[in-house]
Parts: sequence; structure tokens; C-alpha cells
Amino acid sequence: MVRRGCQQNFVWFCRAGRPVKKRELEVGTRFTLKASREDLGEGLMAYILGIETSCDETSAAIVADGTRVLADVVASQIELHQRYGGVVPELASRQHLENLPVVVEAALQESGIRLGDVGAVAVTYGPGLIGALLVGVSFAKAVALARQVPLVAVHHTVAHAYGCWLEYGGLPLPAVCLIVSGGHTSLLYWQSHEHLRILGTTRDDAAGEAFDKVARLLGLPYPGGAALERLARQGDPAAIRFPRAWLEPASLDFSFSGIKTSVSNYLKAHPDASRADVAASFQAAVVDVLVGKTIMAARQEQVRSIVLAGGVAANSHLRQRLAAAAGESAFAFFAPRPEFCTDNAAMVASAGFYRLQRGQVAGLNLEASSCPVLEI
Amino acid sequence: MREAVLTVITDRAEETRNMGRVLGRLLQPGDVVLLSGELGSGKTVFAQGVAAGLEVEGPVTSPSFVLMNRYPGRLTLYHLDLYRLDHDGAADLGLEEFLGSEGVAVVEWPEVLPSHLLTDYVQVTLKWLGPDARELTFWPAGARAEKLIREFKKAWSLE
Repeated sequence: MVRRGCQQNFVWFCRAGRPVKKRELEVGTRFTLKASREDLGEGLMAYILGIETSCDETSAAIVADGTRVLADVVASQIELHQRYGGVVPELASRQHLENLPVVVEAALQESGIRLGDVGAVAVTYGPGLIGALLVGVSFAKAVALARQVPLVAVHHTVAHAYGCWLEYGGLPLPAVCLIVSGGHTSLLYWQSHEHLRILGTTRDDAAGEAFDKVARLLGLPYPGGAALERLARQGDPAAIRFPRAWLEPASLDFSFSGIKTSVSNYLKAHPDASRADVAASFQAAVVDVLVGKTIMAARQEQVRSIVLAGGVAANSHLRQRLAAAAGESAFAFFAPRPEFCTDNAAMVASAGFYRLQRGQVAGLNLEASSCPVLEI
Repeated sequence: MREAVLTVITDRAEETRNMGRVLGRLLQPGDVVLLSGELGSGKTVFAQGVAAGLEVEGPVTSPSFVLMNRYPGRLTLYHLDLYRLDHDGAADLGLEEFLGSEGVAVVEWPEVLPSHLLTDYVQVTLKWLGPDARELTFWPAGARAEKLIREFKKAWSLE
């Protein structure tokens, strides 16, 4: 639910990106953030065009007022890469380039608005695959320049938190978000739309990457995270005690490289071990650390909610364990449905809306960044 | 078959990291280091050492998912991981930009690299001997790599 009726300050931006006038508007009044029209505030919503190309998905979305998804179109390259037997980066960039105009057009059609109605363009600028990010960032810049609307840069990790906001808008903040995917494992402190901070991140492998690589060690096809979860259901999670990497006592960082090596060592020493037991024990070790650190972060920051997002949020064992642990400690627990967990542009548009409210507009010199420990 | 000029057995991950650090200190613009070995053999640990030797600050995470991470340091470090790639993918990656550039390239899972991209490089092969023990073999290819390995042997013996 969006809270309506409270007074908000909006900053309008002129062509050079400088604030030109400040107005007070009621949230919920129909208005646009487009600066080139004279009739600002007349009969239009704040439509944000979101663009996401940080990895395999090309996505464009139209979101109104930060929470109402009018369109969220995702073109996945996974099938394409499977056909080639692996990721083909140059092809990935080229595919983004080919897909993006089509996906944007489809999003506009589905939403029923015109490009001229778009009030701002929000784009993921990092972290991710550099060549892929560049396509989205360049496209967003071109739209912002051509339509004379603000460009908003969105951090991928922050976007995932807003994936949850799209489904549970108004969830009690502050919250701690655990974002786990093939490329990311981060704990995000989400105090308000103004203040977001990364509490911890992986120092080596992402949790999803550990799942995929251990799946490979177990002879499952790559990427095998989902297959590993299925195999684990038939095994005993207490059969093998794999190490839990807690790191330093107060650390909210993660490390999943060691457990991969432990599994590899174990399989070498016990070639006849039950693969289901290995899968279940490995999964239990990873989930123990993810849940333990998330609860630790939630207590430390005295939050009200815990949010789970990212592709690995689809793992039902992790979902159940984190929901149970949150419940025991009286934290509200939220995990968005799968389409808002995996990469999509609606979450980027939503995050962009709240950044724009804070006046955080990017220049046309915005650079894509593949730095994995990118600051928010 | 090229001649391996150096083989070292490490007993702990920290020793493997330290070998990387010693090599990292000696690297110059354009140097290329290839890291081969199975999952869990210590490639990323070695790469983290190289990063430390290049005075890279902050964590060096696995680039398996994003294929390449770039870190500022004494020299720019391009840390590549071609695990998810096939041969065609590697040929199209535009690696010319990173191999032999102003920075240093460390490449994990380099087997899919097209050979024409590799002229002068050090290949490090990591082999699993036991839970903590690894065998590191250094293979130089090219004049610069041979010089680098000579310097490395000297620096390592002083450690």
C-alpha cells in the first residue's frame, strides 16, 4: 500500500539537470516529472521507464508512482546461451542491443502510455557484466537526452530491495534485505528511501555460484542450483558437517569459496558417498550462514522487517528457514514472488522513483560499473 | 611441451595466497597470468594474492558470474573467469582490450581462450594434493614471462 496524503517536496530539473523550481505536491495527485511541459501536475502520473541489462535479462518496465507496475517486460537470453553451450558475452551485449528497443516498445504498448509521457528514465549502472550494463546505460542516456527527462542511476542491489517494495509497498521499515543470486550475496540495511547502506557482501563466491559449482561437483548440469535443491530433498542435512564460514565475530560479510573446496575434498575422500546427503549437508551449511548473518544484522540494526530477494530466494529451504527464524525473533518477513526476485526492470523503475524524489539525478556522463563492491 | 621451470608445494591456503602476492609485486603493465586447475584447487586464492601484490584494496570476489572484474591498484587488475564460457564466447569477448593492456590480466579457466590472443604469459597450474596441500607449477611462455619467472624465483627464495 502506498501511503497517500502526506506532503512531499519535489525538485524539478531543467535541461542541464539543475533544479529549477521546487514545488510541493501531494503524493497521489496526478502529475508528471517531465520538465519540458508547461502543464506539469495536470492529469498525469509520475511514470518511470526502468531499464535493466546487468546480466542475461533485457528488461524494460513502466512503473507509476514507484509502486504500480503498468508493464514489466523481460527478454531472457538463457535459452540462447544454452543453445551455444555457455554464455557468449559479445553475443550477450549484441542481444541486449537488439532486444532493448523491442522490449521498451513492448513495455510502452502494454502500459498504454507514450514515450512522451515518461517522466524519468531509471537504469541499472552496476554491478554486473560490463558490456551488458553499457547497453542499458547508453540507451537510457539517449532516451533522457532525446526526451529531456531526468536520468536516474540505480544500484542493482538496491533495485532488488524495491522488487519487494513492488509487491509489499509500505512494508515496515527499517528492514534488512538479504540479496542472494548467482552473482551477488549482500546484506542491505534499508532504513528509509533516503538511507540505504550495504552491511556485508561476499568476499569471494556468491551463494548462488557456490550452489552451481557444487552442483557441478555432484555431476549435475550447470547451472544446477535448482537441481541441487531437488537432490537435497532426498538427503540427510546432518550427514556431513561442512564448515560454516562465520568470519570475524561481528562480520556481516560472507565467504562461500571454502565450502566448495570442502565438498570437493569430501568427494575425493569418499567417492561412494550419498550424493543426496552431500547436497543436503552442503545446502544446510550455506543456509545456516545466510540465515544466521541475516538475523544478526536484523538484531544489530533493530529493524522491523526482513526481506529476501535475488534468484536464490527461489530456494524453498532458504525461504522456509529464514521465514521461521524471522518469526522466532518477531521480525516481519517478506519475500517477493519469483518474477520480482529475479532481474527485472520494474524494481529498477521503483528504486529510481524514490531516488528521484530525493533529487538524485545522474548526469549524462554516468558510467556503467562492474565493480562488485560498488558503493550505493 | 614447454618446460616447467618451477614447482612448489604449499601446505596451507595462506601460502598459496602468499605466492600470488610475491608474483603480484613483480607484475608490469601488459603481463598476463593464466590460472588452471579444477574447482576448489585455489585459483581464486592465488588471484587474491596477486591482487594484494598489486596493492588492490578491498575484497577480490569471484568473477565467475560477471566474467570480469576490474580493480584499481598499483596497476589496474583485470580479473577474468571464463568458467561459464565456451570457445566461441571467449573468441567474442573482446579480450584484446584486457590482455596486454596498460593493466595486468589474471585469467581463471583460460582453456577456452583462442591461442592467437596469447603471446607472452605465465601459466600457473594448481593441483589438489590433499585438503590443504596444493602443487603449484609455473610455466612461462615468451621472453617477458621467462624473465618474470626468474625474478619470481629470486623473490620467492628471499621470502
